[in-house]
Amino acid sequence: MSMDYFKYLRKERMPHIWCPGCGHGMVMKSILRGLAKLDVDPNDVCVVSGIGCSSRTPGYLDFNTLHTTHGRALPFATGVKLTRPDMKVIVVSGDGDAMAIGGNHFIHSCRRNIDITLVVFNNYIYGMTGGQVSPTTPTGQRGTTAPHGSIEQPFNVTDLAIGSGATYVGRALDVDSVAMDRVILNAMKHKGFSVVDAWSQCPTYFGRQNRLGTATQMMEQYKEVTYNVRLANKLTDEEKKGKFPVGELHKKERPEYCEEYQMLMHRLGAKA
Amino acid sequence: MATKDIRFLQGNEACAEGALAAGCNFFGGYPISPSSEIAEYMSNRLPRIGGRFIQMEDEIASIGVVIGASLAGSKAMTATSGPGFSLMQENMGFAMMAEVPCVIVNVMRGGPSTGNPTGPSQSDVMQTKWGTHGDHPAVVISPAKISEVFGLTVKAFNFAEMLRTPVVLAIDEIIAHMREKIEIPPKRSIEVVNRPAPRKTKKAIAEYNPYVPGEDLVPPMLNYGEGARYHVTGLDHDETGFPSGKPEIMEDLNRRLLDKIAVNKDKITLFECSETNDAEILVVAYGSSARSAKRSVSDARKKGIKAGLFRAITLFPFPEKQLLKAAKKAKHVIVPEMNLGQYRYEVERVLGKGVPITGVHRVNGEPILPSLILDAIEKAGKKGAKK
Repeated sequence: MSMDYFKYLRKERMPHIWCPGCGHGMVMKSILRGLAKLDVDPNDVCVVSGIGCSSRTPGYLDFNTLHTTHGRALPFATGVKLTRPDMKVIVVSGDGDAMAIGGNHFIHSCRRNIDITLVVFNNYIYGMTGGQVSPTTPTGQRGTTAPHGSIEQPFNVTDLAIGSGATYVGRALDVDSVAMDRVILNAMKHKGFSVVDAWSQCPTYFGRQNRLGTATQMMEQYKEVTYNVRLANKLTDEEKKGKFPVGELHKKERPEYCEEYQMLMHRLGAKA
Repeated sequence: MATKDIRFLQGNEACAEGALAAGCNFFGGYPISPSSEIAEYMSNRLPRIGGRFIQMEDEIASIGVVIGASLAGSKAMTATSGPGFSLMQENMGFAMMAEVPCVIVNVMRGGPSTGNPTGPSQSDVMQTKWGTHGDHPAVVISPAKISEVFGLTVKAFNFAEMLRTPVVLAIDEIIAHMREKIEIPPKRSIEVVNRPAPRKTKKAIAEYNPYVPGEDLVPPMLNYGEGARYHVTGLDHDETGFPSGKPEIMEDLNRRLLDKIAVNKDKITLFECSETNDAEILVVAYGSSARSAKRSVSDARKKGIKAGLFRAITLFPFPEKQLLKAAKKAKHVIVPEMNLGQYRYEVERVLGKGVPITGVHRVNGEPILPSLILDAIEKAGKKGAKK
């Protein structure tokens, strides 16, 4: 797994803004390992983000990079992809960015099945603005805008993606980088809209407010509330209750948007 | 002899034709009255000529997809009306900040809120200037006849590309839906401007920074995928495109965004004067209200009143110099508009308190008829005679 990350990093943009113990760097590195395996020309890669901690990722990466407005990365990315279907387009987004303010774009990108990979850096909290609850914050957990514990039901990122029509959906934990590499690489290889619910810990805000301990303790807790989807058949319903499957959760072949558009143009006699 | 391409088009259709003539090859939009015909027209035409059309999930996504497309090299546009235009404001600010050329058509209907979806209005005029937050550059064009919609849409694209900034085409519903005869000029006679590009040598691409201003303060632009791998953000940024919190960098950027419009102002200021040389009563109008005004002025002349019309075509940047010249002999100024006096404030700002300024306003979904403006001209004429 040794690779030269600086091949893809903008060294001069370091140090990054992420707090000690934050998992975002691990997710970012997993994306880079995937791109290295795909061996694509960096000139043909576009990484798009919205606003938030995770959305600072593109600034550190030596590709065509686009840091858009809050929640809107997917529409911007769609414009890039439609113009340049040959480009590898990756969207990095947080749980607030992708699931709250960008929720509408999320479900419609799934439905459209455009060949973009969305990696949701899911740490259950708004980190950049100081620890407010997000649409993925578990019921009962605290944030600065839910000091008595959240009374809302969270979104399940992967269920929403599958229900909305995404054709590749996976979940991965930053603590298990081998598994995360597999899911992110397969998501990027997949032709169609792919979603990876990438769990990352925020010890600074989520951990502290909910007394979850250190970053490593939080990562251990992530392991305790998940199970490998490949072992799902061997576990009883009781054992799976309240836990989240990790791994490749959904894969389906369905016409991809840009290809359908190419076919439409062909049918109308246009030169593509 | 080649036959002329003469058609009977609606304003919205002429706008779509103009966009295609300007090289528009990307449209992202969301249906809304009274602009939907533009999207419908483009959805039919673009896939036939190798362009892209996409209907997005809302107007926020529509302007987003347009900005992404433009960064990747498309000539991109969207079209909407008041409520959708409101939703687009944040991303329009992004396009101004990140200097991404694109065209936004706002077919104005009555507002605020859902307002009057099918009636004419000019009530978004100040929103086209001040809609998004922060100090920002605004370039706004407003046509008054169908034959002009075509050419002005071409110009909107040319200005957007030349200045690397979003340009708003503010059309009122009358112009959007009315049908008139239009002669489509032959393709070779249409001037099409493309974004300023740096030299595309290996060295130039390797050393490229996206926000180094040229002589006219507009930075040359490479598209995504052309090898420069640069960063684009809505944050305050330096010439490399990366965020900067340095006071002098932020100051320079915010000032340059306005200055680049100011230094190019003469190239983008479009206006029309009718009988203004000796005009003692000057009507200042734009869009369909200017059509009524033209009739009122000629009726007033027949009655011996020295009336004239200054028609702003480029609404913003405001044609200050040109208006001052047209108003030299004016003893009274009349501003008819289908709102409660938005552009009148600008006219007052420029002409000052030395000359009385009267507004003729209507916000009931009815056009401003020539008779209303003629009444105002006659009243102003009588007042002037008393003095």
